[in-house]
Order: sequence, then structure tokens, then C-alpha cells
Amino acid sequence: MIAVQDITKTYAGNTVLTIEHLEIPKGDSFGLVGNNGAGKTTLFSALLDLIKPTTGHIENNGIRVDQSEEWKSITAAFIDETFLIGYLTAEEYFYFIGELRGQNKADVDALLSEFEDFFHGEILGQKKYLRDLSKGNQKKVGIVATLIGNPEVIILDEPFANLDPTTQIRLKKIIKDLAADPAITVLVSSHDLMHVTEVCSRIVVLDKGEVVKDLETSEETLKELEAHFNK
Amino acid sequence: MFKHFITLQWKSFWRSASLSSGLWMKIFMGFWAIYLIVMMVVGSFGVYTYIDKELSLNPLEVINRFLIYWFVFDLIFKYALQKMPVINIKPLLILPFKKSKIVSFALGKTVFSFFNSIHAFFFVPFSILLIAEGDAPVFNVLLWNIGLIGLVYSNNFLNILLNNKDNLIYFVAGTVAILGGLHYFGYFDITQYTAPFFQGLYEIKWLFLIPIATAIVAYVISFRSFIKDLYLDAGLATKSKNIKTENLQWLDRFGKTAIFLKNDIKLIKRNKRARSTIILSILFLFYGLLFFTGSIEAYDGPVWKIFAGIFVSGGFLLSFGQFVPSWDSSYYPLMMTQNIRYREYLSSKWWLMVIATLLSTILASGYLYFGWESYLAVITGAIFNMGVNSHIVLWAGAYVKTPIDLTSNKKAFGDKQAFNVKTLMLSLPKMVLPMVLYAIGHYAYSPYAGFLLVALAGIAGFAFRNMVFDKIEKIYRTEKYKTIWAYKQKK
Repeated sequence: MIAVQDITKTYAGNTVLTIEHLEIPKGDSFGLVGNNGAGKTTLFSALLDLIKPTTGHIENNGIRVDQSEEWKSITAAFIDETFLIGYLTAEEYFYFIGELRGQNKADVDALLSEFEDFFHGEILGQKKYLRDLSKGNQKKVGIVATLIGNPEVIILDEPFANLDPTTQIRLKKIIKDLAADPAITVLVSSHDLMHVTEVCSRIVVLDKGEVVKDLETSEETLKELEAHFNK
Repeated sequence: MFKHFITLQWKSFWRSASLSSGLWMKIFMGFWAIYLIVMMVVGSFGVYTYIDKELSLNPLEVINRFLIYWFVFDLIFKYALQKMPVINIKPLLILPFKKSKIVSFALGKTVFSFFNSIHAFFFVPFSILLIAEGDAPVFNVLLWNIGLIGLVYSNNFLNILLNNKDNLIYFVAGTVAILGGLHYFGYFDITQYTAPFFQGLYEIKWLFLIPIATAIVAYVISFRSFIKDLYLDAGLATKSKNIKTENLQWLDRFGKTAIFLKNDIKLIKRNKRARSTIILSILFLFYGLLFFTGSIEAYDGPVWKIFAGIFVSGGFLLSFGQFVPSWDSSYYPLMMTQNIRYREYLSSKWWLMVIATLLSTILASGYLYFGWESYLAVITGAIFNMGVNSHIVLWAGAYVKTPIDLTSNKKAFGDKQAFNVKTLMLSLPKMVLPMVLYAIGHYAYSPYAGFLLVALAGIAGFAFRNMVFDKIEKIYRTEKYKTIWAYKQKK
């Protein structure tokens, strides 16, 4: 589904990302871990064509992301709050995204009803603009918005950060459900090794912009990761 | 202690991402400031000689009559244009600074504002003339000036206080409009009551103490209200009020464009910064009065009619269009990852400007009072705006990479800049072409030929719509990464 070919990203002579080859098959649930500055967000941004790699390219569903925009209709992402429109209410935002993705109000409402638990009564009908919601609630909105319009690729940067424990548990279930769907490829980055080993079938460790580990998740994965980061 | 604040300001200026464009803008603003200064000095000489020689009246007395309007307009301009003292306050709160230091720095910065010093360029030459030509005693002129300085600074601090109260300024502006109207039509003359005060500043030795005291009181009050509000849940808090979800389904008839149109309307309704474009277009609606009433001699030339027409009908177009796509800067990465056709996005902005221009034109029908030729100028201006300027404005906007922080307006100490002076300046070139066209028609044949020429140019402009949209799309594409990067830099 996603193929990274020889990409590097250099800022003023400082290389922050070097990936020779990385293939993420369709239906995979892919976890990305690494310390700050390891290049996780850079990789995701390049994947979304928000930054241009210095060399190499990325293909999404066989489409080079920097040459065509066809990938946009099958891809959804929530990287940070710049993916939210601060002056809309949650409902308005969901409907706006829905309209962009060819979903009418009823479709969106149907989808939202599945996430009432996850919203915990703090999102819908709040009489607040998104900018006035707490960071955690903003994240809930952003995550659910990525699910509108049946995307085939879902990219979530640090989805667990800022969430309360209950919501983290519910989010894990949501991501697991997505991962179970063979039509959906999920990409998640996280600082929390436990979460990511729980929801992802494959985990890649980035260190200073390079892939240093590429693991199929198993019983030992968590230990192996902890050992790696405890160096 | 102040040294720290100054270095912080210095760094935030030189390290901001928009510096390169900001620097050019600052140079441009420099020219603008020089122009204003020259205008003030020339105006001061002009006014003095005009009153003295043409009207054979006492210049000081006449000026004193109109000073009330001078200072009220000063206040309105300050409110609309002057940036509030912005320093990044939150991180400073827990550092070992005295709160009073933070506040006095913020307030002290405003004292040196251009909006205060500009007055000197009018009143100093005027005072010199009073002494040299009018044989006024130096001492009294000095007293008069001190009083005026007091009033300028009263306004300065009053503006800071007013900035926290959204509705008060409309009340002030409304009152002035009514008083001005009553004065113009001869029902009630406020200046009869205020002129003695200004005259008193000149004649009575101690009266200057009143404006000085007012300024000090205004400073103390704003100082206190600032200090009191230096809490995260007070002045630094984001105010949120209950709001409700809107559907705006009636816009769906615009098809795909409606998705963005609905958003843009919410953008304007819900963000003070965006809302100011509406206020500006209303102001521009009245701008034509200066031209069509013939009250300002310099504007009597026929070519100025079309200039007025452009402004009257195009206030919104000029102030809003300039910042497409910057209005969407805070969520630009979202827009760039959604399945969006740039053309639909652009045409939504274009329709918004066209609708606003049509509305302004209808509202401007009041100018029929000054003869239908005046209104014809407005209509011609509107056609030119819709056909040509709407495209130029979007085109120019595509290069503007200054992020607009929509939310900052909600904070008590945030960037209160209601609209940008840049907007006004970038719009000047758009005035020149229609004026030249009109001049050709006017002087070669007749005024109507001039109007016709400008209108034809406007209609011809529609033909280039697709071409310009293609061009803008291309800019959006090639500048995409740079734009995303620039928008990421807050401030």
C-alpha cells in the first residue's frame, strides 16, 4: 500500500531522515516509535506531501504523493491541531470533512453514533468551538474525523498523547478494530511502547532518522523495545 | 529588567518566519509614514493659510472648533489600526519579574507609537505659524500644545482600555456620526460647547492640567486593569461563550463551492480579525462622502470619482481578498491533505467577494443624493472590482505567506490589530489602472466615455477568470511546501 523509496530529508546540511526502503502492505497496522527528533512526524508529513523529501519519493497505493493528488481521496490523517478548524463546532467540523469526502449528514451522523462512548459526552452538542475544547477533546475530534468517508489509509501521529486513561483504552479498541479490517492500513506513532505493541502488528523503530528495528509484534516485542530504549 | 523585554522583542522580530516579507513591508510602511508626515506638515501650512487668507478668520479659533472631531477620529483610528502592546506574557508570569514591570513595559511601548507622534507633525508647524505669522504669545501656544499632548495620550490609554470592550467603540463612532450629521445639517453644533475648552487651553494658564490629569488617570486605570487581569483565568484566558451549530443550508445551491462558502461565512462571523473586514467595508462605504460632497478640494478632479467608486464598492474585496489563503493558515495542512480542488476553493472566495461587492453597491445607492453621476462612478467601480480587481487581489494574495492567527484576538493581551495597514497599501496599484482608463476616456471624449472604458475593462476581466485561476492554482502548487512551512511559524 505504501512504499518509501530512498528518501532523505536534509535541513541545512543536517539529515533528519534516511530511509532506503520501507514497504507497508495493505491491511497492515503499522507502529512507529522513536525518541524525540527521530523523524516520526517528518516521515508522516512526507507521506502526506506536506514536506518534500530532499531525495527519493513515497508511493501511496501506487501513486507518487508528490506528483498526483489521487491518494488524498483514500487517505486520512490527524497529525496535530493544524488539522482542526478552530472556529467550528465539533459537529460542523465533522460535516465539513464529510462534505469534502462525499458523505452527507446522515452518513456522518451514523458514523458518529458509533463513537458516543469514545466522546464520553464531551464533544457533541457542546456549544463550544473546537479551539475552546481541551487538548484531549480536540484529539478525540481529530481522530474520529479521520474515520469519515471510509479511508483506506489512516495516519495518526501520537494519538494517545493527552488522552485520559479511559479514552486511551477506548482508542486502543478503535485502532484494533481498524487493524482487523483487511482493507484498512493504519499508521500510528507513539512514545508509549505498551500501547503501540498492543495495537500494532508491526513496529518500526526510528533513531536519528534511520530504521534501526523492524519487528513483527510478538510476546517479546515489548521487552525488546524496552531493552533498545534503555541503552 | 526592561533590557530583557527589549531583547525578547528584538529576537521575536528578527527570528520570525515572515521577516523577509515583513521587512519589505516595513520599508514600504516607512515610505507610507513619510508620506503621512509630509501630508501633515503640508496640511498644517495649507490649513493655516487657507483660514487666514481665504476665510480671513482666526486660524486658532477655527482649528479649536474642529479639534473635538480630530481627537475622536484619532481615537477611532487608534482603535482600528494600532497594535496592542504584545509581548509574550504567559511565560513571563512565573519568572522573577514584578508584574508591574511587565505591565509598564507593555504600556510604555505604546507611548512611542507612530499614532502619537504623527500629531506633532501637524501641530508643531501650525504653532510656529501662529507665533510667526499670527503674533501669538509663545507661552500660550506652548500651553496649548501641552494640553493637546495630554489629550493625545489620554486617547492612547483610553484606546487600551477600550480594546477590551468590544461594543463601546461602536457607540463612540455612532455618536460621532450623529453629532457630525447634526452639525453638517445645522441642527446642533457640538463644537460650540467644546471650542471654548480648546480655546481655554490657549488662554487660561492652568487649564492644560486637565488633559494632563486625564492622561495620568487613564494610564493608572489601564495599568490597574492590566495588572488585575494578569491571571490565566482572567485577562489571559480565552473567553468562550455559548454558541450554536449552524448549517447554512441555503448556500447549498452553489454546489461544490458551497462547502467552502459556508466555512468562509463562519470564519468571518466567528473571528474578530476576519470580522474587521466587514467593518472596514462599511467604513469605505462612507469614504465616498469625501469625494462626492466636494468637501476636500484636492479630490475635486474628475478622476477621483472613479477612485472613490472603487473604494466604496470594494472595501470588502480589498481587505478580505488580500489574505486568501492566509485566512485558512491555521489549518492549512488539513486543507492540503483533503481531497480539495483548488478551483472550488478559489471560486468560493471569489463569489464571496463578488457578493460583498454587489451588496456594497446596493447600499451605496445613497450616493444618488449627490446626483446619479456619483452613483454611476460607484457602479462602474463595482464592475471593475468584480472583473479585474477580484482577480488581482487573489493573485497577489497567493504570494502572501503571513499566517493569520485567528484566535489571538480573543486574548486580552493578544494581537488586537483589527486590520492590517498592509492591506491598504497593497491595494493602491489596483486604483491606478481604472483612474488612468477613466482619464483617457474623460479627457479624450466625455465623462461617460471614461465610465464606459472602465466598465468595459471590468467586463473584459471576467474573460481572464479561468486564466488567472489557473495561474493561482499553479502558484499554490509550486509554493505549497513553502507556504505550509511559513504558516507553521506563529506570529
